[in-house]
Amino acid sequence: MPASPSRPPVCVHGLRKAYSDVVAVDGLDLDVRAGECFGLLGPNGAGKTTTIEICEGLTAQDAGTVELLGLRWETDASELRQRLGVQLQETQLSEKLTVDETLRLFRSFYRQGPSVSEVIAMVQLEEKRNSRVGGLSGGQKQRLAMACALVGDPDLLFLDEPTTGLDPQARRQVWDLIERFKGEGRNVILTTHYMDEAERLCDRVAVMDHGKIIALGTPRELIASIGAEHMVEFSVAEGSSLVDLAALERLDGVRVARCENGGYAMQVSELHRAVAALFDELAGRRIPLTELRTHSATLEDVFVSLTGRHLRDE
Amino acid sequence: MSEGTALVETREMRPAAESRPFIEHSLVQLTLVRFREFWREPEAVFWVFVFPILLTTGLGIAFRNRPADVVRVGAVGPQLAGALRGNKSLAVETLDRAAGEQALRAGRIVLLAVTGADGAVTYRYDDTNPEGRNAKLLVDRTVQHAAGAHDPVAASDDFVREPGSRYIDFLVPGLLGMNLMGSGIWGLGFAIVDARRKKLLKRLIASPMPRSQYLLSFLLARLVMLYIEVAALIGFGAWVFGVPVRGNLFELALLCLLSSLSFSALGLLIASRVQTIEGASGLMNFVMLPMWIFSGVFFSADRFPNALQPFVRALPLTAVIDALRAHILRGVSLSQLGPQLAIISGWLVVCFFTALKLFRWR
Ligand SMILES: Nc1ncnc2c1ncn2[C@@H]1O[C@H](COP(=O)(O)OP(=O)(O)OP(=O)(O)O)[C@@H](O)[C@H]1O
Ligand SMILES: [Mg+2]
Repeated sequence: MPASPSRPPVCVHGLRKAYSDVVAVDGLDLDVRAGECFGLLGPNGAGKTTTIEICEGLTAQDAGTVELLGLRWETDASELRQRLGVQLQETQLSEKLTVDETLRLFRSFYRQGPSVSEVIAMVQLEEKRNSRVGGLSGGQKQRLAMACALVGDPDLLFLDEPTTGLDPQARRQVWDLIERFKGEGRNVILTTHYMDEAERLCDRVAVMDHGKIIALGTPRELIASIGAEHMVEFSVAEGSSLVDLAALERLDGVRVARCENGGYAMQVSELHRAVAALFDELAGRRIPLTELRTHSATLEDVFVSLTGRHLRDE
Repeated sequence: MSEGTALVETREMRPAAESRPFIEHSLVQLTLVRFREFWREPEAVFWVFVFPILLTTGLGIAFRNRPADVVRVGAVGPQLAGALRGNKSLAVETLDRAAGEQALRAGRIVLLAVTGADGAVTYRYDDTNPEGRNAKLLVDRTVQHAAGAHDPVAASDDFVREPGSRYIDFLVPGLLGMNLMGSGIWGLGFAIVDARRKKLLKRLIASPMPRSQYLLSFLLARLVMLYIEVAALIGFGAWVFGVPVRGNLFELALLCLLSSLSFSALGLLIASRVQTIEGASGLMNFVMLPMWIFSGVFFSADRFPNALQPFVRALPLTAVIDALRAHILRGVSLSQLGPQLAIISGWLVVCFFTALKLFRWR
């Protein structure tokens, strides 16, 4: 019954799920290696939640197989539930219970795991132990949801958008928590829209779009795959003539140029040469530059280069 | 060898499910959650415990037994008025004809007695109004006796104002039935639909929680709450209004349990698929409204026309209230309440199994 050493803790093959109006997951294959934190990154509606809920045994797939920790839902459901930690995208825990009561409830479902006090300490909610859930802040609620996922001492943790809607400080606290869990060599699968989150937490990332994985690798590999380490964004004064994209792409060190939000964005391999060339080009055409920003390429840029769209439409 | 595999193996060496203290069992924890959620919801406590007692008090006072009301009548002519004043049940006004007609139309008096030129008495009253007919009998009897009539058969009054036959006695079992229905249906229905709406049900079934225990926790909590409710209402009725409990208390407990389970099953059925609180409350009102109207909470269900009786009798609340009234007020034992118990159990079984078939956790 235990996974053989060579068997990855998560093997998903040919997964498919269609709803009446949309194919949410379309032939998805995933292997998560032991001890890995694996990220599913994708825009709204990409199929992340559907994928993860099939893995959690909450949604039945139309086709494909799921094997977790060497077990299958068809035959080992109760054993799997004991060994998975789950945090759903939109659960609201009962507001009238206290933190302590909520965790006591969840703890009572598992045959073993840390004590309620230990879990509360793990997620740093000691001060809120006897407060009602309804009175917690968003970040505290999220940490409580994590605590409910950790209370059974899981071997595999599923986190669906653990930091969506949190302020930067609360996000960092959740990240610390995930990193600590990861540090113990356990497996985590998380979904996110935030590229910085995926870059920071995940050993490997699958970029999803329209129910398919369109890129898979470590964050570094993915960023390297677009062949440009830097991004340059600039705007020109209103009313000045349009900048020719083809001309931009001919500039030294520039790989791809696009129009974006009324400005321009370029993927660039050598930042110093490309910026110098851009200044020359604009000066030559007497186009005044109003704004210039550069940053290192991120997973967001990977997504944009793969799909032409942004992860989040803001 | 990866770390993850090692973890899988260390797990096998950990002790299996240790024997845990009673309080840490999942069923106990789930049931405690039910109580906590109930007691921390002031509205629920009000509707279940305070409201029925307020209603009993209000209706008990409004319909308390008073000595029979005096009947207000008018008389034209002092001689007639004098004769009528001899009867203590009549409040007599001496009026002229026009003022008398006026008072009659305004409803200040229910009957106007007029002596004609030939000495014959005419009674003017509305014969479709029971009070009018009652006044006519009283006035006529008084007039005839004053003129020297005698009853051929000697008769005397023996008033019955026993506890057990007053309106308040009729009312308390009705309110008890209504309360069992409300707390069973609302108690289960709202809690489940709310948990479904918040995706809490989904979260729970992602954990190893035994699913049947979730349901069982509602029934266990209901079991405890039920007896508090019943004791509060019956105790209040007995203490303040002297409502008798003539049936055996153990049988009463069984009857209340069966009724409450039946309504809980109905609540479960209502909640089996609904996704929103609005949907749930609409559906619950739709189910409960006919019972509030037809099941005889405030007046006897026998008053509905015969054509409606099969429907009225089939409603679970009608059966519950019938059985409660017979048991509490007349001390009829459960063994003689077979038809009612059969209806209540029928609803229980049908609702429960249909609900299990239809139920969705998400
Ligand atoms: N129960 C359902 N019924 C019908 N369609 C559904 C259902 N659940 C998901 N979908 C559809 O499946 C697609 C994938 O949804 P899913 O929730 O998996 O996306 P996601 O990647 O998690 O998105 P988000 O980032 O917004 O959470 C969407 O188009 C969605 O509308
Ligand atoms: Mg999602």
